[in-house]
Amino acid sequence: MASPVTRWFRSFFLLELLRGMQLTGRYFFARKFTVQYPEETTPQSPRFRGLHALRRYENGEERCIACKLCEAICPALAITIESEERSDGTRRTSRYDIDLSKCIFCGLCEESCPVDSIVETRVLSYHAENRSELLYNKIRLLGNGDRLEPELARDRQADSAYR
Amino acid sequence: MHELLTAPWWPPVWALIKIIFVLVPLLLGVAYLTLAERKVIGYIQIRIGPNRVGFRGVLQPIADALKLLFKEVLIPANANRFLFLAAPVLAFVPAMLVWAAVPFGPDVAISNMNAGLLYVLAIAGLGVYGIIIAGWASNSKYAFLGAMRAAAQLVAYEIAMGFALVGVLMLAQTLNLSKIVEAQAGSGFWSWYWLPLFPFFLVYFISGVAETNRAPFDVAEGESEIVAGFHVEYSGMGFALFFLAEYANMIFVSILTTVLFLGGWYPPFQIAPFTWVPGLVWLLLKTAFLLYVFLWIRATFPRYRYDQIMRLGWKVFIPITIAWIVVVGVALETPLRAVLR
Repeated sequence: MASPVTRWFRSFFLLELLRGMQLTGRYFFARKFTVQYPEETTPQSPRFRGLHALRRYENGEERCIACKLCEAICPALAITIESEERSDGTRRTSRYDIDLSKCIFCGLCEESCPVDSIVETRVLSYHAENRSELLYNKIRLLGNGDRLEPELARDRQADSAYR
Repeated sequence: MHELLTAPWWPPVWALIKIIFVLVPLLLGVAYLTLAERKVIGYIQIRIGPNRVGFRGVLQPIADALKLLFKEVLIPANANRFLFLAAPVLAFVPAMLVWAAVPFGPDVAISNMNAGLLYVLAIAGLGVYGIIIAGWASNSKYAFLGAMRAAAQLVAYEIAMGFALVGVLMLAQTLNLSKIVEAQAGSGFWSWYWLPLFPFFLVYFISGVAETNRAPFDVAEGESEIVAGFHVEYSGMGFALFFLAEYANMIFVSILTTVLFLGGWYPPFQIAPFTWVPGLVWLLLKTAFLLYVFLWIRATFPRYRYDQIMRLGWKVFIPITIAWIVVVGVALETPLRAVLR
């Protein structure tokens, strides 16, 4: 702690204020960090957790086997699943809803899935004009998966060494 | 031509022309000062500021003005309707009136009056009525607190500001702003009053920041404490008028500091390349620099605590100015007089 005389000297002659202004004056000329969003984006990890999707196998069969682990682990209770026995004897979902207005994008559904069916994509800029549009059903989720499958497969491949 | 100049209707028309030539650039200056403020503060915070409306954001102030124009003017149910609507006008009109006395060159002013400095002080002090009335008429506790703070702050800093100007008067021996600048003529920037009156220069500029309610003295608005202070209930054009008044006052304090302490339209060196530049350009350059300092200060310092503002005004500035008035007064009775005058 400086002596009272030194402190008085520094404040009376505005020395400390000038040091502050010197610092901000330097930042005025510093390189700017702004990212011009629609034209530029920040780098995204392959593990990015955005909009959800349901994936299919390469032969077109949906991966989901209605084990309901994701529904059980979902901390926000955003997932609702109903299952049935399909004509070929396998268990499949008859209903798979994700309420995005409840989802907290924690990624636990993706981690719990034994068949890599429910995944979170890199899509972050989607919108809805009313609440019902944020309720994604099985058809829309599978649609997301079909649309983004190449990228989803690539991201899973890139991350496979750590899983 | 001679008949035109002697016609009875000519003086008022000529005055009107001069007013238009001062106020239109002033309002444009205010508009672009808001953009400059956002840009400068952005740059200091390592951002780039608004750049979407027009090339690099040059149309941003126009977009803002249109937005404010189309907004609804809301009047609170318990407000005093007449005073609530009169307050923004009372803040705006003095902010424009003071420009009557500002000299832009030798004898170039709307009115080159002899008591110019006195006029400027008187009118600038009126501006606070707009703030006080706005705070009272809004019938809102935040607005009322903001108005009370503005009033107390004005009383504290107007005195220091007045004393600082006394020093200028002692050296210039005139109240005419144009003559004050001419009294600073010399071979360069060392003959301007900022050097012999350095404490007054600082006190005047800092008091100017406080008078215009700018950060770090913006307790009258104090976003984090009293929402928006005196103009919390205003929207649309009412708010725009307060905004215009505040920024016009900023430009005014800067130009007056230039006139009183930084040699007005004189170049920093009375040698060839500097004297080629017109005096008006030097005046505006110095003003622009002081405006940059306004924004720089705002981007650097946190808001003063209220009691510290009062302490600075009453217990630091007023004693300093009185002491330096004595110093200047004594110096004028010694051989230094020839140097100072």
